[in-house]
Amino acid sequence: MLGVGAYRTRNRPARSEVLPVPIGQMTWTLTDHQGRLVRPSNWAGRPVMVFFGFTWCPDVCPTTLSDISLWLEELGADADRLIVALISVDPERDTPDVLAGYVSNFDPRIIGLTGPADEVAQAAADFRATYRRVDKEGGDYTMDHTAGVFLFHPDGRFASIIDFHEDRRFAVPKLRRTLS
Amino acid sequence: MKHFLLATTLIFSAPAAMACETVTIGDLTVEHAWSKATIGAGRPGVFYVEIKNSGTTDDALVGITTPAAGMPMLHETVVQDGIASMPHAMSVPVPAGQSVQLAPGGYHGMLMELTTALKEGDSFPVTLSFEKSGEVTVNVDVLSLRAEGPDCADAGQ
Ligand SMILES: [Cu+2]
Repeated sequence: MLGVGAYRTRNRPARSEVLPVPIGQMTWTLTDHQGRLVRPSNWAGRPVMVFFGFTWCPDVCPTTLSDISLWLEELGADADRLIVALISVDPERDTPDVLAGYVSNFDPRIIGLTGPADEVAQAAADFRATYRRVDKEGGDYTMDHTAGVFLFHPDGRFASIIDFHEDRRFAVPKLRRTLS
Repeated sequence: MKHFLLATTLIFSAPAAMACETVTIGDLTVEHAWSKATIGAGRPGVFYVEIKNSGTTDDALVGITTPAAGMPMLHETVVQDGIASMPHAMSVPVPAGQSVQLAPGGYHGMLMELTTALKEGDSFPVTLSFEKSGEVTVNVDVLSLRAEGPDCADAGQ
């Protein structure tokens, strides 16, 4: 593949030079689906997998969480130390309770994170993720958002992104490299 | 064999779910219609299906209707520069001799204004409107939110 296809090169960590900052340099504070405050420092020393989404999303988000659940099952106990978090880009609707009902449909190791709009914005900035509200007729809205899954080494260094349309067979080997 | 005027339904002898039914209209075969459970009726539901065109004329899916939702629409999930969006799709091409899937991460029916929450194990009808072949109704199985597709003996072909 040439040209634009190069962006899709599998093991390239990101599309641009702007990489997520190491977990230890992130500054957000969010609340998990059980109502506990979570800060980047809580993740020190553990490998991390983060995905941005929202529970009103019917296609990309449940598909990604289903995929992640399958990867976690394949990794088994090897993934027990992995932090796996869905960060909501729709905190207006995704309260901790709403996230709790949502993540209960997937692997129990997946946590949901939400918080005030400025903290979600800070998290997105730290991960170099983007999101945008798209209003629809009737007052309803949806969200466009970064669809890749971010991976970090146990020391907090950014490892790689699993792209949404990337061949999912490469995900588990990529994850194994991140865990070690 | 190619000129059924009415939609016919073929039920497999195995105790397969409705998603494994095959419905034909003209040269089109419609099967593996499924949906995902929703949390409440406030969130949109989703509709997935496979359409095969065994004829020599291009067709297109131009709309869906269902009693399960007040505003069903065709959408396409597009990931550009890593960002996912879900624009409205005016139509889904079903070219002659080809199969098209409404599947996770691509084209899908977006079921907005659900009349009731979709529960795993439920089923509901969706009528598909084709530009040339007309309308056909399929029964849609509601699978779990985690499901990646129906488990049919012939699925994934
Ligand atoms: Cu949609």
